[in-house]
Amino acid sequence: MDADTAAISITGLKVLRGKNLVLPGLDLLVPRGEVVGLLGPSGCGKSTLMRAIVGTQIISGGDVKVLGDTAGSPALRRRVGYMSQEAGIYDDLPVAANLNYFAKILGAPPAQVAAVIERTGLGSVARSMAADLSGGQRSRLSLAIALLGSPELLVLDEPTVGLDPVLRVALWELFAELAAEGVALLVSSHVMDEATRCDRLILMREGEIVAQETPGSLLERTGTDNAEDAFLALIRAAQEPGTDTPHVPKHRAGSEEA
Amino acid sequence: MSLARVLATTARVLNQVRHDHRTLGLLLLVPALLVGLVAWIFTDTPVFGRIGPAMIALFPFIVMFLVTSIATLRERRSGTLERLLSLPLGKADFILGYALAFGLLAIVQTGIAVGFAVWVCGLEVSGSLGLLFAVAIVDALLGTSLGLLASAFARSEFQVVQFMPAFVFPQILLGGIFLPRDQLPQVLEKIGDWLPLSHAIDALNAVARNDQDAGYIWLRIGFIAAWILAAIVVGSMTLRRRTP
Repeated sequence: MDADTAAISITGLKVLRGKNLVLPGLDLLVPRGEVVGLLGPSGCGKSTLMRAIVGTQIISGGDVKVLGDTAGSPALRRRVGYMSQEAGIYDDLPVAANLNYFAKILGAPPAQVAAVIERTGLGSVARSMAADLSGGQRSRLSLAIALLGSPELLVLDEPTVGLDPVLRVALWELFAELAAEGVALLVSSHVMDEATRCDRLILMREGEIVAQETPGSLLERTGTDNAEDAFLALIRAAQEPGTDTPHVPKHRAGSEEA
Repeated sequence: MSLARVLATTARVLNQVRHDHRTLGLLLLVPALLVGLVAWIFTDTPVFGRIGPAMIALFPFIVMFLVTSIATLRERRSGTLERLLSLPLGKADFILGYALAFGLLAIVQTGIAVGFAVWVCGLEVSGSLGLLFAVAIVDALLGTSLGLLASAFARSEFQVVQFMPAFVFPQILLGGIFLPRDQLPQVLEKIGDWLPLSHAIDALNAVARNDQDAGYIWLRIGFIAAWILAAIVVGSMTLRRRTP
């Protein structure tokens, strides 16, 4: 994968918020047609990174290329779907009216509204006011809006937060389906056990990328059996200078290593 | 800029107001009721005849300023503005869509206020009623466009609310309602002469007394229209796609 064929290619991204360097110089390549998970604790810079990719974040340095164009350029506005952590929906409009409006702004065919309602399972509440939706339904409406216009890249900030396990599984299946259709997906989460659902993982901590690889190779390299432990192992390795391979965490002694 | 996106935004804003019956009622009736209150206060005195036209300039202007700036503020807080600005929606599409939606509401609102003042409260209008409507509507559009400018310029909710006294009160104080502008200290008189609300008040007074020709009125309408245009242009320039 090189910078030209990648969905997202970032070099030296710096973001300053107040006097804090939220992203101190970040490099990243995200391929097309994969579900890429962006994992890390709250406040590690996931949302800032995503806003920089969408082009709504003021950046103080570096280069962010998305689908071959500079992030935030007018041509990209119909090729990138974005779902932020705020729902970004009109509470005083019905679900279908919300979607109709955004479809018109994107110039998407009206039939697509019914299609995204179906895909996100909002059929039973299509006529309800957005204000009357549950938290999970709100985030699915937000996702449905992001799907309008058949974007080539979807940037989804915590799309599964607050959903019940059944719905969560359904959404991850939808993401895999979209990836199979050729869409690139960057999905953030602070829930580590969602890691195994991704084709590729990016682990972030304090504005830096700790690791970027497939779930399988991450677990193998760190000798762990889940993303949480792998994350811990990587952080410990980084804190011990002079070691190349991370240590295996000992708090599961006697199980797998035996 | 795209007409389809402007109109889609206008339709969406009107649709939101339509779903909120109480807001719609308040929006359409409050200025008329305030004018009625002023008329009631000054029953059996000639005062309402003197300040009535200025009240028609004042109340729709303030109400439209508030409603418009709060509406765009809500877009900011709910995340819909950030979403819209990441989509192929021009900043001018957004501002014009709002201006058109609230402009239409302003026309209905002002129509009710003027009708109430003239036919219920007995405000005497010697000049053309058509011109009175025209000035009052341009004045309400001025409130809308300045509200849009204030909220495009503001970076936080607190700032938007502070812009109300900052943008509106000086115009009321220097507009000639409290003291005729030619009796103000010279510097204040000059400033007042450049503020748009002053011209709305002048024009409405002139129509009510019928002591000026139509050219005088249209010149003032033109002056206010220039302010509206400038506020919309500056508003769409100060709206930022990228935020900290």
